[in-house]
Amino acid sequence: MEVLIEKLKRQVIEQLNLVEVKPEDINPDSPLFGEGLGLDSIDALELIVLLEKHYGIKIEDPKDGKTIFQSLTTLAEYIKANGKS
Amino acid sequence: MVFASHNNIISGLGFSTEENYQAVLNSKLAVKKTTLPFSKEEFCLATIDQTLLNNRFSNIDDPKHFTKLEQLSILSINEVITNSGINPSDEKTVLIYSTTKGNIDLLEKEKTSNIDKKRAYLFEFANVLKSHFNFKNNPIVLSNACISGILAIIIAKRFIEKGTYNHVIVCGGDIISEFTLSGFKSFNALSNEACRPFDKARVGINLGEAVSSILITNHKSLSKPYETQIISGFSANDANHISGPSRTGDGLLQCLNQLNITSTNHIGFISAHGTATVFNDEMESVAIERAHLTDIPVNSLKGYYGHTLGAAGVLETILSLESLKNQTLISSAGFKNKGVTGKISVIEQFEKKSFQSFIKTAAGFGGCNAAAFFSKI
Amino acid sequence: MNYINSYAHIKNNSVYVNGEQVFTYDKNATVNTFLSEAYHAINLVYPKFHKMDTLCKLGLLCAEFALQNNHFINEHHLQKTAIILSNSSSSLETDKLYQHSISDKNNYFPSPTIFVYTLPNIIIGELAIKHKITGENAFFITEKFDANLLVDYCETILNHNATSAICGWVELNENSYEAIIFLVEKKYHPDKNSIFKPLNQQIVTQIYNQT
Repeated sequence: MEVLIEKLKRQVIEQLNLVEVKPEDINPDSPLFGEGLGLDSIDALELIVLLEKHYGIKIEDPKDGKTIFQSLTTLAEYIKANGKS
Repeated sequence: MVFASHNNIISGLGFSTEENYQAVLNSKLAVKKTTLPFSKEEFCLATIDQTLLNNRFSNIDDPKHFTKLEQLSILSINEVITNSGINPSDEKTVLIYSTTKGNIDLLEKEKTSNIDKKRAYLFEFANVLKSHFNFKNNPIVLSNACISGILAIIIAKRFIEKGTYNHVIVCGGDIISEFTLSGFKSFNALSNEACRPFDKARVGINLGEAVSSILITNHKSLSKPYETQIISGFSANDANHISGPSRTGDGLLQCLNQLNITSTNHIGFISAHGTATVFNDEMESVAIERAHLTDIPVNSLKGYYGHTLGAAGVLETILSLESLKNQTLISSAGFKNKGVTGKISVIEQFEKKSFQSFIKTAAGFGGCNAAAFFSKI
Repeated sequence: MNYINSYAHIKNNSVYVNGEQVFTYDKNATVNTFLSEAYHAINLVYPKFHKMDTLCKLGLLCAEFALQNNHFINEHHLQKTAIILSNSSSSLETDKLYQHSISDKNNYFPSPTIFVYTLPNIIIGELAIKHKITGENAFFITEKFDANLLVDYCETILNHNATSAICGWVELNENSYEAIIFLVEKKYHPDKNSIFKPLNQQIVTQIYNQT
């Protein structure tokens, strides 16, 4: 699980161009949206692409994203439960 | 005074303004479920038949040497020049072209054609039009997302009032491409069914292709088609987000306030942007309410045409002029149950009404907004 | 009478403000590296910068250099500040990047973050967001820098519903780029960091051609 979270940190930083953020700065339980990392609605769409591209998971309804993308931890748990790779 | 004059619409509903207006009155929709060559998926889109287009265009030139957008634009501008009798080579005449992506289909590697890929540059595209019509002045291309069409009309008015030009042909156009379709899909902004502006069940846009042209002029003799002038128009930015509108409609409110409407009595309708996304329609309703314009009924034409991007502002203004001329309110296609919090009333049937003026609004990516006010002389 | 308060010009991996070079970098560096260095040189702290495409970074930085050490933003009613920009290639470099993300059917991942930048007026949006500028917008496409169009349109809106404008040219095409941003205003209030030249075609052209 920790390996996945570290991998996710790097993938999120790269996919979302969070250039000034270091993996060690991200608290996996902090909210991804609003405060915490402060991602916005376009980032949410990009995370959907990330899930498909790297983990083969397709999210049909972006509204599901709200729970899945709450934090890196919830995202990692979702991938563990649904991922193909 | 600046007048709205001769014009043309080419869309899935026909090759002339008259054909388009009649089709709309008969509740015909240009949007249909379509499968496109590059995708197995079915989309709800408003396309223009290429074979029909080639046939029409062959009367002017060889279709093989022109892109779809160029063919449409030449046909459309040609109608305006022919009907108005203006001389494109006159030094006080200019073309303002409104588009979001121009010949973007030229970026597709698989496409083999005799057409020089450099025409993906918008100024090269405009030069094709300049050469064909022998415009003396370089066309001005305006690429300001989805407000481009109405903004081009506003800019035309401003240049005419300043004295820079007497006649401005405003032409707006965009084609459907894999580029744009996939992009809006990645935004989860598309609807698989005919779109439903302002409706509770709305889920997104339908893309539409169209080209529309209109002559904006200070010559009273050319005001005859509509006897209508452009009173005012403004643009403003939400300064909030690059793709989503301000939830409180700040930018559009700023535009509407500047129109300085003191009485809503003779205003027939607001031709809204009404794209049928959850956010746009909500924002517009809020802005209209905050501007105290809720007395004025609202429609969106995107239920008929889909979102025609660079063409939208021009196409929708032209149909609004027809609506004003014929003293008929156009029903807002796709609407059944109100699904926005602003206290607007959406036009649900075609209705004969006595009125003098209308407002056109628009919003676009990049936080931009625009509104213009048209009134009988 | 309208005035050019200040201007910034970015080309050949150098930045000039009011005619003086204020930053320069290795001429062989890529545009992205140069822009990154310029971002640090101006001590800009704006995380959104890194999410922007190259074109928006170029436009935003050019404006930031012009606005630095200048009271322009504080002195003007931002509802009446217009942003009027232009270029010849629209957002073509980002368009090509986006096209690439949809060209391989076996690796088909259209990117919303790239797609959002495939419109040139997003530069205006980014500038507006950063400084809360809510006035008039327009993005023109012309083959070359067109001083006449920019001056004519600026004058038009300054006589109308704007009291100031940020206008200029932000161009990126393959490996070549250039940006020039003018801060324009109606009132004449001299400032030790401003150049205060009248806004007209001749002066704008002269400034643009200055090396």
